[in-house]
Amino acid sequence: MGLFNQSKIFLLTNKYQKFILIFFLLVLSVGLLEALFLSPQDYLQGDSVRIMYVHVPSAWISLGIFSLIAFLSILVFIFKNRNLIIIAKSFAPSGFVFTLIALVTGSIWGKPTWGTWWAWDARITTMLILGLFYLMYLLAWRIFEDRNSVVKITSLISIIGAINIPIIKFSVDWWNTLHQPSSIKILSDSSIHEAMLLPLIIMTAAFALFSLLIFLMKYNTELIKIKTKGLNRL
Amino acid sequence: MYGKKVKLRALFLITLILSLTLIVFLVLYSLKENVVYFLSPTEIKTLNEVKKDKIRVGGMVKKSSINIINDEIIFIITDFQNEINVTYSGLVPNLFQENKGVVAEGFLEDKNYFKATKILAKHDENYMPPDLNKKKDE
Repeated sequence: MGLFNQSKIFLLTNKYQKFILIFFLLVLSVGLLEALFLSPQDYLQGDSVRIMYVHVPSAWISLGIFSLIAFLSILVFIFKNRNLIIIAKSFAPSGFVFTLIALVTGSIWGKPTWGTWWAWDARITTMLILGLFYLMYLLAWRIFEDRNSVVKITSLISIIGAINIPIIKFSVDWWNTLHQPSSIKILSDSSIHEAMLLPLIIMTAAFALFSLLIFLMKYNTELIKIKTKGLNRL
Repeated sequence: MYGKKVKLRALFLITLILSLTLIVFLVLYSLKENVVYFLSPTEIKTLNEVKKDKIRVGGMVKKSSINIINDEIIFIITDFQNEINVTYSGLVPNLFQENKGVVAEGFLEDKNYFKATKILAKHDENYMPPDLNKKKDE
């Protein structure tokens, strides 16, 4: 494997999995308590605002994971590092699941708030495209048998799909959309009250830990596959 | 430092990303008017012709402009530069209120008069507890 010693990584990831699971459950419990009970209602949306504490972190994580996969894929494509491709592959399932959660919770929030389950506005459509790219990426891993071509094809899918990422981010600023613009701004004050920002941040941490946990499980599975079936089986 | 192949692969990726980004940019730029979900009253005023197609108008519900006559709701959408009169009969979402964002879907009768077939409330990016909002109003 060159860069890393596979069995050492296997031992380490296996050991930390339990700690991350416990830590995740702790953070999730605090997050849910804060999101569902301790945080206030919104002046306009009432209790529907609580959907946001699942929706926004899911959307952030799905975008973050796709960017990470694309970044790793660029390195893989140029430097042919096989270990990085297994890392990229192992992140994809949780990224896909969080994209679906963001779409579904957005829809559930949209019905009582906007008055519609779905709107073909720029933000929602580009998020759907992100979901389709995740699906394409995961399917490509299953379809192509040849080791060299599967690495190239999946890398290219994630790199091409990454062009969509800034479009998702800035869609609400570039065009009129039904979706509201970002409440959390880097350069100026956020337009979200502190009491609502806290559960949002805790839930984001919980979802990030969950992604890490699923990643480690998937990564270990991939390593076992390589061990038992040889390096050809990526 | 790196092999020739590595440099070629890097060059390939750069040209791929660059060309695709340019294509996406061109497509989105030329489709600008169709990518927007709704037009503002000002954009309606500057239309060359009143189209028969279904369109969406968005903006703020003008303060104390909501009138309910029989089953019809009549209100004014404003973007603080121009206004448009909207009539609609049917259910409106809970968040449909004065001084709040709205998107109306329907047909233009002329540049000042819009017959809506569907009303969507547009939520803004502000989130706050109820008592805080009362304080702000006072």
